[in-house]
Amino acid sequence: MLKSLREKNLGILALIIAVFFVGWLEQVEPGGVGITELTFGIFTFNTVVRIGILTIVVVGLNILVGYAGQVSLGQAAFYGIGAYVSAVFTVQAKALGIPEAIASAWIWPWFLMLLGVLITGGFTWLIGRPILRLKGHYLGMATLGLGIMIFILFRENFAIKPSTVIITGGLDGLPDVPRLSIGSYELWPLHRYFYLVWFFAVSAIIIGRNVVNSRVGRAMRAIHGSEIAAEVMGVDTAKFKLQALVMSTMMASLAGSLYAHFQAAVSPTPFDFVASLELVVMSATGGVGTIWGAPLGVTIILGLGEFLRANLHFLGAGSEVEPIVFGLILILIMIFMPEGIAKQITKLFNRRKSNQQTPEVSA
Amino acid sequence: MKVNTFFKQTLAIVILIAVVSGALYLGNQKNFGWPQYTQLALEGLRGGAIYALIALGIVTIYNVTGIINFAQGGFAMLGAMLAVSVNNAQQLSEMGVGLRLVLAFFVAVSLTTLVGLLIERLAIYPARNAEPLTQIIITVGVFIVMQGVAFLIWGSDQYTLPAFTTLEVRDMPIRFSGILIKAQSFWIWGTVAIVMVLLYYFFEKTMWGKALRACAINRQAARLMGISPNRMSALSFALAAALGAIGGFVLGPATRPSYDMGLTLGLKGFVAAIMGGLVNAPAAVLGGILLGMIENLGAGITKAGIKDIFAFIILIFVLLFRPDGILSKRETVEKV
Repeated sequence: MLKSLREKNLGILALIIAVFFVGWLEQVEPGGVGITELTFGIFTFNTVVRIGILTIVVVGLNILVGYAGQVSLGQAAFYGIGAYVSAVFTVQAKALGIPEAIASAWIWPWFLMLLGVLITGGFTWLIGRPILRLKGHYLGMATLGLGIMIFILFRENFAIKPSTVIITGGLDGLPDVPRLSIGSYELWPLHRYFYLVWFFAVSAIIIGRNVVNSRVGRAMRAIHGSEIAAEVMGVDTAKFKLQALVMSTMMASLAGSLYAHFQAAVSPTPFDFVASLELVVMSATGGVGTIWGAPLGVTIILGLGEFLRANLHFLGAGSEVEPIVFGLILILIMIFMPEGIAKQITKLFNRRKSNQQTPEVSA
Repeated sequence: MKVNTFFKQTLAIVILIAVVSGALYLGNQKNFGWPQYTQLALEGLRGGAIYALIALGIVTIYNVTGIINFAQGGFAMLGAMLAVSVNNAQQLSEMGVGLRLVLAFFVAVSLTTLVGLLIERLAIYPARNAEPLTQIIITVGVFIVMQGVAFLIWGSDQYTLPAFTTLEVRDMPIRFSGILIKAQSFWIWGTVAIVMVLLYYFFEKTMWGKALRACAINRQAARLMGISPNRMSALSFALAAALGAIGGFVLGPATRPSYDMGLTLGLKGFVAAIMGGLVNAPAAVLGGILLGMIENLGAGITKAGIKDIFAFIILIFVLLFRPDGILSKRETVEKV
């Protein structure tokens, strides 16, 4: 028991060490070597931060898909709610009549982050309750619809009537989202923000892992295995599915707020339907039933995108080839590794272990 | 449970009344009368007919294979773009426009069908035993590749197809009592009606159609009767691709075909299919038509930019109140 516990924490520990190592590399650049040079130009420091942000979203998605057996095809919109709550109430504070004293306080963006999380959670709780009573992939369809609706709300210029202030900024979005700070300590330049993002990402992984290994997680896994069997055993399937949904969207919203302060601007495009699909793709690539699949899937998909963007030119092809290669690789991963890469790696590990153990047993 | 049902029905009726009166109020503010409403509805009916065709493809594939095909809109895009290519081909410039369009139709439909078959063999068939989610993601990947290839071939330009009546880009308008309809709309409605009749004949009277239906009803039983579900899966993709291509072809002159027209069309077709409960073809057709009309009316009385929002509002309401489809009698589904 103790041993298995330690083994599980080993991964977290390795991740934390890796985070500090990358942060140290960026700050010190020993001999001019940063993360970019170390990964042959695939991962810039910027990408590493984005991986952290998206990891938070995908951990939630992995729990929802892999453990509650429900897919969300609108996750990017919930991600967007977080980003837009953070952006609108800071950039448009004056127009919305929020007192200067409140809007300029350092705690205001943090409060908005929490507000976004609560709004998203409450909203999905309301809409999810009736839909999750249905069986089958109905949540996927509902979230697809919700996602596109929310995206259109971001995209359209909805103005407050008398003052004609454009709230969401329409297609151009909102510029000049302030950076986060604690007191007078600004969480910027990027390497400071990097630690914040990865603090949340590692927390998300730990929380996700604990949820999965708790009573709730067992109930969810039972639902994924067989909903009827779970119900017969006394599991309130609708309730647990709802909890998984609310949790995943809250994580998405938190990540969205982090994204808004990272980019210092928001625009609707990163929250559209295609982005939702990309999140599902990341989740499936890493492996839906695994928490570690989340950072893995995000890293692979983002890395693949960066790699293709950087190297296709050398191969004599333009950037228009990128989606084709991306789609093809996606299809191949799904055909040959339908359980995701994380499970594949675990399998390899286990096989080697059992190979090592076999002679001992026979001897 | 009884109280819950009663509550739900009351709520649905109240919402419906609120929506209709709200719409009438907004329309009133824009001084809309019957001609305007009819005009909007008829224009919506044009898009709705195309949604119906795409929904039919989605329903066919879902029934036979259990896969929700996100690449369905891509078939419509391919049909339209291939037709554009044939119509614009330098080698065929001596041919009359009418003849060229006929040729374009056959090339577009047959090539798209071939693409549908290839997709099934290369991407869907190898994963036939995978989980539904995996298969859905594969269709997403297929769609990304299709759109990417289309961008590579045709670029991001918006093309035109000559209208079928005038054989020019400018279509003939038909006027009666304040309502204006483009002649192309009648081509679209006619084509969709003919396709429906042919499909009915195919499913009810031919051996292949019956085999497809058998597969949809019970795959195991169909296999025991000597029907190969794998072959039926390929057939369903070919059929869906052909339906999509026909839709894209007739829609071509009414819009400006471009490489990215597939996503919206596919999603709307998907909403229409869900309105029909995903398994019921006639209900999906009705869903498509209703969807087209409602979204166009909604956009007309409010704002053109939010046109797409109506489809997804309908989707949420159908899922909440009629998850089995608009024509179903039961209120909840038990799908295991």
